[in-house]
Amino acid sequence: MKVLVAVKRVIDYNVNVRVKADGSGVETSNVKMSMNPFDEIAVEEAVRLKEAGVADEVVAVTVGSAASQETLRTALAMGADRGIHVVSDEELQPLAVAKVLKSICLEETPDLVIVGKQAIDDDSSQTGQMLAAMMKWPQGTFASKVELNESKAVVIREVDGGLETVGLSMPCVVTTDLRLNEPRYASLPNIMKAKKKPIDEKQASELGVDIAPRLTVVNVSEPPKREAGIVVEDVSQLVDKLKNVAKVI
Amino acid sequence: MSVLVIAEHDNSSLKLATLSAVTAALRISETVDVLVAGSDCGSVAEAASKVAGVKRVMHCDDPAYAHMLAENMAPLIVSMSEGFTHILAPATTAGKNIMPRVAADLDVAQISDIVDVVDADTFVRPIYAGNAMATVKSGDAVKVITVRGTAFDAADQTGGSGSIETVSAAETGDSSTFIGQELSKSERPELTAAKVVISGGRGMGSGENFKLIDAVADKLGAAVGASRAAVDAGYVPSDYQVGQTGKIVAPDLYVAVGISGAIQHLAGMKDSKVIVAINKDPEAPIFQVADFGLVADLFEALPELEAKLT
Repeated sequence: MKVLVAVKRVIDYNVNVRVKADGSGVETSNVKMSMNPFDEIAVEEAVRLKEAGVADEVVAVTVGSAASQETLRTALAMGADRGIHVVSDEELQPLAVAKVLKSICLEETPDLVIVGKQAIDDDSSQTGQMLAAMMKWPQGTFASKVELNESKAVVIREVDGGLETVGLSMPCVVTTDLRLNEPRYASLPNIMKAKKKPIDEKQASELGVDIAPRLTVVNVSEPPKREAGIVVEDVSQLVDKLKNVAKVI
Repeated sequence: MSVLVIAEHDNSSLKLATLSAVTAALRISETVDVLVAGSDCGSVAEAASKVAGVKRVMHCDDPAYAHMLAENMAPLIVSMSEGFTHILAPATTAGKNIMPRVAADLDVAQISDIVDVVDADTFVRPIYAGNAMATVKSGDAVKVITVRGTAFDAADQTGGSGSIETVSAAETGDSSTFIGQELSKSERPELTAAKVVISGGRGMGSGENFKLIDAVADKLGAAVGASRAAVDAGYVPSDYQVGQTGKIVAPDLYVAVGISGAIQHLAGMKDSKVIVAINKDPEAPIFQVADFGLVADLFEALPELEAKLT
């Protein structure tokens, strides 16, 4: 069985993001970048399937600038077998990324695609579902557990009211939630080994898919700031403030 | 212009998040229709027709829609999309699951989690866990949108007199089947709709200790939430999680107990009207957004708080 995972290079989750003064976006120069945390979970899940003997091959894909290769190497160091780097200097929107991934899926014919449920930069949470629709495959989004048997995937999903279990025919798309697994750190020997793993480079513009952006960013601004309030002495004062000042209880 | 709102429901009652989506829809156009697709969901269609501002309810009853599986819902929505300029759904796990499939089938972008309507083509949405707000304009003929419930008031559940039309099922399949669900049972209000929310973090130390939170929640009629750390530690189920990748809440009062205040958590609660933080670490970042901070041991403060609330 072949598993395809998609990974995205994003601003590290620990970085305090700053909006550019001209309102065109957020500051990305000299900022630490890393793999989208949900994608790390996707890679981990795929590698575990290989370690369990369920998957034969794990292929990692990224779509982005030359710098994205670093993210792909991280996926290889975690245990993916080979990489595909779809190069694009333009930031592609989820619909375009899904189209690129569709074209990769048609070529690679994976049995299972695992992607993060959302990227922590644009917080869109769309790509996996869009890819599934384009491939006419079923989807198991926000997965906290995935079990594969015969030609079926049983996925436990984190939904608003609790957990939901669905059975999906394969191939299918799974999007990862936080509780699916705890991703490993790549060891130094594995990081060295990953440098020798093959990466196939393709130009997004040469895949024959429409990757033009559909949304124009008019402006990016700071959210309204919340001022720190006061520190109360004790519980009595807290209750008094809530009752008589804030009037919320 | 006319807007189709996808109703979220459990086949017996309309979820409140739908009402916020109706409000967002009414900001775009006066012509707002609602799709109620489910199984034996006639009472939901009735309820939707009474929501203020709703012109027409499209009622589609078929067992294939009982659990709102995206694989069946998306083709139905696409089949009836003609004539609509906008298709909206609440940004709940159901909406987030279904709508990107609709957008892909229509070959249009989706605009996720909007918090404001600037005009019929332009919307505001948070990015980077709400650390920046992006105003985006769509050039697509149909706008597929999910709506952040806390950013729009709920539409009135009475006063409307929409017509109800029956719609027949679209193409359905069995590539995806519903196997079961394990829903958290609680007498408390729903987290995203509660007026008061009290959340516990890693500082709670165990799931057992959440009893202290429960006791205060009972006094306040509050919903109970948690930080990611508390969920990851197994103290409470995942549907308690408030934050960037969990639930977004904006109650009148939010009480954060034993929560340090990572930006990912703040993203889920910083639009609350009044924020209270109880933490023994005076340096905890949560105090920077709290209206009232109490530096104290939560194991002493919570029982005392419970006793002092009437």
